[in-house]
Amino acid sequence: MDEVQIRLRVNGLERRGRVEPRLTLADFLREHCHLTGTHLGCEHGVCGACTVLLDGAAVRACLVLAVQAEGREVTTIEGLGTPENLSPVQVAFQENHGLQCGFCTPGFVVSVTALLRDNPDPTDEEIRAGLSGNICRCTGYQGIFKAVRAAAGNTP
Amino acid sequence: MKASRFAYHAPSTLAEALALLAEHGDSAKVLAGGQSLIPMLAMRLAVFDHLVDLGRIPELAGIDHQGDTVRIGAATTHTAVESSVDLARTVPLLARAAPLIGHFQIRNRGTVGGAIAHADPAAEFPAVALALDAQLETVSPRGARTIPAEKFFLGTWSTALADDEILTAVNFPAWRGRTGHAVEELARRHGDFAIAGAVVAVELDGDDRVRRCGIGLLGLGSTPERATAAEQAVTGTAAGEIDPVEVGRAAMSTLQSVPADLHGSADYRRRVGAAMVTRAWQRALREAHDG
Ligand SMILES: Cc1cc2nc3c(=O)[nH]c(=O)nc-3n(C[C@H](O)[C@H](O)[C@H](O)COP(=O)(O)OP(=O)(O)OC[C@H]3O[C@@H](n4cnc5c(N)ncnc54)[C@H](O)[C@@H]3O)c2cc1C
Ligand code: FES
Ligand code: FES
Repeated sequence: MDEVQIRLRVNGLERRGRVEPRLTLADFLREHCHLTGTHLGCEHGVCGACTVLLDGAAVRACLVLAVQAEGREVTTIEGLGTPENLSPVQVAFQENHGLQCGFCTPGFVVSVTALLRDNPDPTDEEIRAGLSGNICRCTGYQGIFKAVRAAAGNTP
Repeated sequence: MKASRFAYHAPSTLAEALALLAEHGDSAKVLAGGQSLIPMLAMRLAVFDHLVDLGRIPELAGIDHQGDTVRIGAATTHTAVESSVDLARTVPLLARAAPLIGHFQIRNRGTVGGAIAHADPAAEFPAVALALDAQLETVSPRGARTIPAEKFFLGTWSTALADDEILTAVNFPAWRGRTGHAVEELARRHGDFAIAGAVVAVELDGDDRVRRCGIGLLGLGSTPERATAAEQAVTGTAAGEIDPVEVGRAAMSTLQSVPADLHGSADYRRRVGAAMVTRAWQRALREAHDG
């Protein structure tokens, strides 16, 4: 049950750590890297709050072990934009009432960033399917949907 | 929601992985995409002392099409299946079932081998494997073997795999000719496990008779099920004479253990299941007919 030495890149910076194999990538980011933008809601893959990019692919950070990310590249919400320099998706969420309490927001923004990168001109149905893996208990989703539409540069 | 402690092994070859499984016996478990195993560990529904990660064994991933067989490496992700141009043509049931599995973040990690080895009765790929008579390649310290899908699924989350056996690839037949394929399921929200569903493949001969038909059912038993009675009833029959509602009814007629839970009673599931078979049958038939 020994701890394992790991090394990965997080938001462009090399990070090393000694971790128990059972530590999730989400806990590694939060506890070891102090990147607390990656939120934990359910810790079993249902809510999407913990979504990060792993080698560019959106994944649940609660369903990846930190040891599985050895040698890989991780992008968290902190790597997408800063308060002074918001990403286009963040701006769209701000302008379209895409968030209320903000708990779910990092997961949505990371998911939507990957979604629009792979499909810059989605249909309404593709947007809804793409948002289905993230749960929001505040907004009722309409503002989030509008934000994605706006970020895609396509008003309905 | 934290897993109990375990040791982690990341072999880079299949031989190393087998040696680890041989050494640690039933205290070891194979880890693929982790999209079912990690939640089970987190909820402590499962406890293992050793995890053997297949994620760094390149020989396990990939889609290889030869003749009438498509071989899918166990570590191929759901996303790779969903986006494969070849599979959309050769094994349309897989390509059409893939987008219904969870959400894209889950599909980026989850693997074909994991979904089949996990054997959730409501999962899509096991039902497709059954309906198409897929052949499952495995390897263990005792050697390699091929298990037909019909002998693989023993119960909920239970399969013919031994503790030290690894599923390495799944072989699907590519149906040629006048064929049609459809997947229909009812889930409470997009991406949820289905309450009930059906996958149908059908081939017509030149006179519009059903030459062959495969019907797989999900969410309607303790394993994925195959609607053999319904398949037999339609095979050899002129397509225009088949009542689609009767196909749905026949598909439900032999089910032994339809589950009942918060999402629906057994009776409700049967009615949903029959409707899904009817719809999938109609769509598959139309596709076979119109090309
Ligand atoms: C929110 C959510 C929604 C989901 N919805 C669906 C859905 O609608 N439909 C669906 O089908 N699935 C769904 N899934 C499950 C998903 O498809 C998983 O990817 C899949 O069930 C397991 O694949 P995996 O590669 O992640 O395997 P893992 O989780 O790593 O492993 C699962 C099991 O299979 C064993 N195993 C894995 N690979 C092998 C191998 N090569 N040889 C031997 N044993 C092996 C493991 O030991 C373990 O027991 C969902 C998951 C989540 C978290
Ligand atoms: S915390 Fe990871 S999906 Fe909910
Ligand atoms: S804004 Fe509160 S949960 Fe989404």
